[in-house]
Amino acid sequence: MGFAYDFDWGVLWRQPYGMWLLEGLWLTIKIGFQAWIIALFLGILVGTLRVTPWRWLRFFSTAYTEVFRNIPFLVQLFFWYYAGPMVFGEHLGRQINQIMGLNYYVAIFALGLYTASRVAEHMRAGFASISRDQYQAVLSTGMTQYQMYRYVIIPYALRIIMPPLTTEFLTIFKNSSIAMTIGVAEITFMSYRIDAETFHGLEATTGAMFIYLVLGLTVVRIMGIIESKFKIPGMIGRE
Amino acid sequence: MFDAVVRNIYFLLGGFGVTLQLTIFALAGGIALGALVGLARISRNKWIYQPITLYVNFLRNMPLILVIFWFYFVMPIIAGRPLNPFLSAVISFIIFEATYFGEIFRAGYQSISKDLTSAAYSTGLTYSQTARYILIPIAFRRMLPSLITQSIVTFQDTSLAFVIGLQEFVRRTSIVDNLEVRSIQLFGFVAIVFFIFCFTGSKISRYFEEKGRKLGMI
Repeated sequence: MGFAYDFDWGVLWRQPYGMWLLEGLWLTIKIGFQAWIIALFLGILVGTLRVTPWRWLRFFSTAYTEVFRNIPFLVQLFFWYYAGPMVFGEHLGRQINQIMGLNYYVAIFALGLYTASRVAEHMRAGFASISRDQYQAVLSTGMTQYQMYRYVIIPYALRIIMPPLTTEFLTIFKNSSIAMTIGVAEITFMSYRIDAETFHGLEATTGAMFIYLVLGLTVVRIMGIIESKFKIPGMIGRE
Repeated sequence: MFDAVVRNIYFLLGGFGVTLQLTIFALAGGIALGALVGLARISRNKWIYQPITLYVNFLRNMPLILVIFWFYFVMPIIAGRPLNPFLSAVISFIIFEATYFGEIFRAGYQSISKDLTSAAYSTGLTYSQTARYILIPIAFRRMLPSLITQSIVTFQDTSLAFVIGLQEFVRRTSIVDNLEVRSIQLFGFVAIVFFIFCFTGSKISRYFEEKGRKLGMI
């Protein structure tokens, strides 16, 4: 009988569909990078607070990572997008809902907060892998707690956790696809949109997979260069 | 405070039931297939090793949501008729999660040293006895924390079946939200339910990890 399906790979480059996929790619890259900036800074902060001597800060940062890691990202995204504006009351909430491209900003914000909790976990592991002696040694030079973290421990831990951070950076592009559920027109959204117009969803999603593959390989290549540059001599890096 | 949740509680819990079913099928299939994928990943036969490695590396680079769509489009072509979204979702979860479970099994298999096997043989145990009483229990204990963690991830991942219209927990919540417009309590409720299950799971995983470390297994 064979396949009762007429393949039409032309949808991948025929206009306007080919352009849609490229526009989607551009949006995926923009969301990924902006969310990554939030995730990195917030993640380093929260991760560091988890090992500080202050009990309340430790409690707060532990609660942060547990909450964000134990709720599916889709639910978080919906919460920020649908419930977030309502938190500000009816009047202000309605105004927020009228912001142009609100879904795009919410996606960046939500993805940033979510990934920050994962970065914080890696930070904690990084700190744990630095021996107690090193902390003592730094303090004995007369540095304060703040200086110790700022100039020695955080840069040190960051260099140790480069490989898992690379994985996390890749994951942020993959997770950005979930933003399609609130109507952000990134790659996955665009492949679905092509299906809605042409009924050739199989070709469109296959094309999108190829784009993610190229994006992923490019990121791994670039991060590999950065990793080798920041690798601590004598420590085990990525094979 | 949770009035809209209470009014629709049976509908919502029904959705949670679908989520649980999806998780159970995905885990049963994903772990079984993952155990085989892990074996293939340590195989010396390149005709087994290379295709499976390609499959694992390829899917681990893909967003799950896209994989769900892809199977949703490809299954009717293979089956020659439209498939229900539940079956389509289960198949995509099994094939996707097996790549992650496969890597856990690979690490578990590789964590067993040759010396341990030799030591077991030298006491007079046969191959099947060695596997049954020494290798499998040790590998399993080592893998257990990661297996639980990945199971929690799978449980969270099932929410993505939302996109092919499957009426699981999140989809049903958003249906209720469209009628009631009580987003804070509705999505708050979903978040709390997921949190309780996943937090408990991560505590269990940590317990086994600590236990393994104390016994010097990890």
